[in-house]
Amino acid sequence: MHLNGVEIEDTFAEAFGMWGSRLIVTAETLEWARTAAAAATGFATSIIGCGCEAGVNELGPDEETPDGRPGIAVLVFATSRSNMESVLLARVGQAIMTSATSACYDGLGGDERLKVGGKLRYFGDGFQRSKLLDGRRLWRVPVMDGEFVVEESFGVAKGVGGGNFFMMGEDLEAALTAAEAAVAAMRSVPGAIMPFPGGVVRSGSKVSSRYKGQNVSSNTPYCPTLRAQEQTALREGENAVLEIVIDGLDEQAVREAMRVGITAACLPGVTRISAGNYGGSLGQFHFALRELVTA
Amino acid sequence: MGCIACAALVLEGEGITLERKESSTIPVEADSICPDRFVGLGQTQIEALPVFYGRRQVRLGDLFTVEGAGADTITVRGDLKAVKKIGYGMSFGRITVMGDAGPHVGAFMKGGEIVVEGSAGDWAGAHMTGGLLVVEGDAGHFTGAAYSGEPKGMRGGTIVVRGSCGREVGGRMRRGLIVVLGDSGEFAGAGMLAGSVFVRGRLGGRPGAGMKRGTIVALGEAPPMLPTFHYACTYKPVFLRTYLRALRDSGALDEEALAADTFRRYVGDMNTGGRGEVLVRA
Repeated sequence: MHLNGVEIEDTFAEAFGMWGSRLIVTAETLEWARTAAAAATGFATSIIGCGCEAGVNELGPDEETPDGRPGIAVLVFATSRSNMESVLLARVGQAIMTSATSACYDGLGGDERLKVGGKLRYFGDGFQRSKLLDGRRLWRVPVMDGEFVVEESFGVAKGVGGGNFFMMGEDLEAALTAAEAAVAAMRSVPGAIMPFPGGVVRSGSKVSSRYKGQNVSSNTPYCPTLRAQEQTALREGENAVLEIVIDGLDEQAVREAMRVGITAACLPGVTRISAGNYGGSLGQFHFALRELVTA
Repeated sequence: MGCIACAALVLEGEGITLERKESSTIPVEADSICPDRFVGLGQTQIEALPVFYGRRQVRLGDLFTVEGAGADTITVRGDLKAVKKIGYGMSFGRITVMGDAGPHVGAFMKGGEIVVEGSAGDWAGAHMTGGLLVVEGDAGHFTGAAYSGEPKGMRGGTIVVRGSCGREVGGRMRRGLIVVLGDSGEFAGAGMLAGSVFVRGRLGGRPGAGMKRGTIVALGEAPPMLPTFHYACTYKPVFLRTYLRALRDSGALDEEALAADTFRRYVGDMNTGGRGEVLVRA
């Protein structure tokens, strides 16, 4: 099957269950909201080494922030509910609270809650105050530019992590152009993030290594420089590969992000779109590429 | 009969209308005018509910013409200025008072909604813990306050007074939200323990006297603060924007009020710990 002359391989992406939260970060200006969000989502590319995966998501077209100021959504994914609480405490406390003029609200809702503002409030040294409005408790923590407003608790729900697809290019420029186009299109999908830098990962991994104690290593079958030394997954004429990893608050968000991303990535110079999986035995979620683009 | 499960079966009726048969200045204690009390009752049984007419116990049907049954929506008409305790302790449903209501309307209310299309007497929403009380006209003294001798007043819910209100609105309130679109009398939020009082018009003198915690917001003119309140700073309280937006969305506040973003913060009352605040629009 081909889309715009690019082969869509008959394979699937294998993804896993994760826990997700959605934060609404506001500030006096959109630039400061983005600054806070960028800090909160920094060093959150892979669960393997960062403890969580996080990314910035635009607000919905009709979505207003609770305080009416400019804002942006942040999605955070972790492997367990308890991990998520410590992740949120660290990231809201160290990255968002410290950012000038910021405030942080729950953007997910639901009955499953994690106490975040309810713990961060102690930074107020006894001068913190709470306000209860429509069942939502907001904490006002005194800080040097006024008050940091943070919601008592944040919703957490089961999500999906590790949706992915590969773009094989005739050269690096073609692969990079395709990846940038894909990410730009995928950023408009609500409830989905691409946690790697710029939304793109160049150092895809496989779950084995020739070194003891090393669980993962470079995805050598997809490294063009190793074509002559290792068993390769690349075809003649494929000289660069970039991957996009997608986490979503639900299966549909990942599915939609992959669909728009793959469609946007089918550009001249791209030879093939593929995906990573473990034979289907490990992950609960399978996203067949051809089904996605024909849906 | 009388349980919530039964109520669910009967709440789809068209509504119950009560019309005062004749005007009188003799106080009527009508805490039986409440959806909770009407649950599972037929019209005859509603008419038989007790009310006090002066010091004499009579039947509701002696003073009101009752029409309908089996609904959680009650409309009350006629001269009601002397009718006290309408919606007293109600937990669900809706009461519409077509005209003025007497004292204690919505007192101890736990849920549901009361709309007074005229003005309300003293102690409107006193001790309420939930629900919504809207007074389209003015409200008397002690709106949302605590009864004399009681340590805590309103503990939840929302009161919106579209006109002005008398003295001690929110007196000793512990939680909840009171919005006064007109002026407030003296001692707004006196002895307040927590919660929020918004005054769109002129805030009366000595606001927050004796308050321990809580927030009084003056969106209009404000009097000089008591000497036991200290000026802290002029700033943009972010939490207030959340409130103002919610109030605008519910129709309680206008767009112009939403433009307010800079306030002078006074903390007090220093006589009682100084953890309360009065925010005055700068």
